[in-house]
Amino acid sequence: MSIRTISVLVENHSGTLSRIAGLFSSRGYNISSLTVGETEDPSISRMTIVVGGDDAIIEQVVKQLNRLIDVIKVIDFGSEPIIERELILARVDSSKSTRHEIIELADIFGASVAHVSATSITLEMSSTCDNADNFINLIRPYGIKELIRTGKVAMAQPKK
Amino acid sequence: MKKTGAEILVDALIREKVDYIFGYPGGQAIPIFDALYDAKELTVVLVRHEQAAVHAAEGYARATGKVGVCVATSGPGATNLITGIADAYLDSIPLVAITGQVATGYLGTDAFQEADIVGISRPVTKHNLLVKDIRDLPRMLKEAFYIAGTGRPGPVLIDIPRDISAGSLDNYVYPESVSIRSYNPTLTGHPRQIEKAAEMIKNSKKPLIYAGGGVISSGAHKELYELAVKINAPVTLTLMGLGAFPGEHDLFIGMPGMHGSKTANNALQETDCIISIGARFDDRVTGHVASFAPKAKIIHLDIDPATISKIVRVDIPVVGDAKIILTALNAIVTPRAASEWNEQINKWRGDRLFSYKQTERIIKPQYVVEQVYELTKNRDTIITTEVGQTQMWAAQFYRYAQPRRFISSGGLGTMGFGLPAAMGAALAKPDMLVIDMAGDGSIQMNIQELATISINKIPVKIVIVNNEYLGMVRQWQELFWDKRYSSTCLRGGFLCKECKGPGHCKKKYIPDFVKLAESYDIPAFRATQHEEVTDVLKRGFDIDGPALMEFMVAPEENVYPMVPSGKPIDQALEEL
Repeated sequence: MSIRTISVLVENHSGTLSRIAGLFSSRGYNISSLTVGETEDPSISRMTIVVGGDDAIIEQVVKQLNRLIDVIKVIDFGSEPIIERELILARVDSSKSTRHEIIELADIFGASVAHVSATSITLEMSSTCDNADNFINLIRPYGIKELIRTGKVAMAQPKK
Repeated sequence: MKKTGAEILVDALIREKVDYIFGYPGGQAIPIFDALYDAKELTVVLVRHEQAAVHAAEGYARATGKVGVCVATSGPGATNLITGIADAYLDSIPLVAITGQVATGYLGTDAFQEADIVGISRPVTKHNLLVKDIRDLPRMLKEAFYIAGTGRPGPVLIDIPRDISAGSLDNYVYPESVSIRSYNPTLTGHPRQIEKAAEMIKNSKKPLIYAGGGVISSGAHKELYELAVKINAPVTLTLMGLGAFPGEHDLFIGMPGMHGSKTANNALQETDCIISIGARFDDRVTGHVASFAPKAKIIHLDIDPATISKIVRVDIPVVGDAKIILTALNAIVTPRAASEWNEQINKWRGDRLFSYKQTERIIKPQYVVEQVYELTKNRDTIITTEVGQTQMWAAQFYRYAQPRRFISSGGLGTMGFGLPAAMGAALAKPDMLVIDMAGDGSIQMNIQELATISINKIPVKIVIVNNEYLGMVRQWQELFWDKRYSSTCLRGGFLCKECKGPGHCKKKYIPDFVKLAESYDIPAFRATQHEEVTDVLKRGFDIDGPALMEFMVAPEENVYPMVPSGKPIDQALEEL
């Protein structure tokens, strides 16, 4: 089993999201993450779906996605080089004594401080998913009160 | 031109050349039915249950290849359509289902008779549409018919809120054409793939054609015939494909799979090259997938890329329309003379594909099907079926000479399908003899349609093979569940204290189908002895209009051969 990123261009209207989600759920596949947003053409949305499965399953999913009337294009990134980002918001316990340490750690990862209170600090970071995982592991010992990940968005790298 | 939403709908139906529409009204559909009241160009058939409306529309579509149309109201009317929509989805039948809906302002409020039918029907439709703005209605109607009837056909549902059907549009124009950027089915197969297929066929010593419903949807039966004869390949047809190749032809070896012929299953296990055309390697065909067709390379022609390599790995896929691809393939394929392979096939077949043990007095269900065939083979006849044992006997023992003559619920296996489907087929094909081959269990699921048939004088002939059981489930219980006939005896009920089996039961069978038919003013006849069968059939067939014929058959007759679920297809059980 491998984790794959699939990008789907769809008609931007009601029902499309549930149609696509249903395609995964009816086969018992769990979506790791799914993000949706408008593209440069407002009539088209782009979904970035991260899903685990073996090659045969992914091949079937891509074919089934292509069958949907609302789906304009499916790109299975496979192993091709992509530019990927994920946004995370993490609220971490902090006191006077730990605040600086946490901010230093955030600096190293290119995360910024979104909010500070007497007992917590909220960090924001946009990065690759792997990097986000590392960062979360390092701040975990301080006590994560709340963590939100948007899920991955991805684009293929241009060929030249 | 200024028109109401309902008038736009009716105009679209007429422009799409719809001549019959099967439906049932209700509060939110009143504007639609009001507009239909004036439409001289099309006939509205009022059924007695919405499920029958959708099956009748399927029967119409399966008999003609045209898009079938049904209409129901919101809420329960719409949800009652779902079984039939799912049925059409699994069998790739072109259908447009129109549902009334609560007014847009009430959507999502749990209003009276509101159901999110677009949400409910999503997994079982090819596409569905909720009309939220009357300006979208003409385009959406055009799209619904286009999507239903093109590519791999399927059902499309269009949900019309009451304020849309009752509202009006000033500048109504029905679109001439339709263009959907995300929907462009591939029709012509890739030439290189077709060449590769021809090459593989040339190198094959034991080619086998395995064809399904796609040949019928595509209208490719002549091309299929040409290919089979040219390369002298035996042809096995799936349940959905029956009639795509003449059932009496020497190259025809019957249906494959669970209740398929031994010849077809042996051929699949021995062939070195399967030419699959518009078939989808259903689990009822393959049995245990890993042991299916172990020696075969597979060429797969299909219009739906998602079908390729879904169940079985395919060596040469060709995506496109069967008729177009076969025409191209026939032009380049190398003819092949009959060989040892053909002799082997003939040896497997012997003098018949399917057999059963005849008895002196008691009626065998297979005999009823054989007699129906004998009496109708010289007339253009459509057989619709209910689901279960009788469906299988109708598939095994009737020889379909042409496509669209066997109309059956294949993928979903929907009980209650046959009677309403026969209505739709009979209205679509008034010159043909239409027979519903029914079991006594399945027909009761839509028996209320006897009213629709009688009142509208729809000349459907109903042949009930009555074994007093839900026979197919009983067969499984007999073979795999230690003969524990739980909830499958239709004589008994929860009041039965002990059961000594059908020979000893003193209970009366309910209903009396002959009396029931008479109460609907439909002539009915019953046979209880072997020698009465032909006479009863003749009487029913000779009547002008509908007739019901009931045959009291051997209660515990089984469908053989039978490949137990999940077993390799060459390990079929046979009658002892």
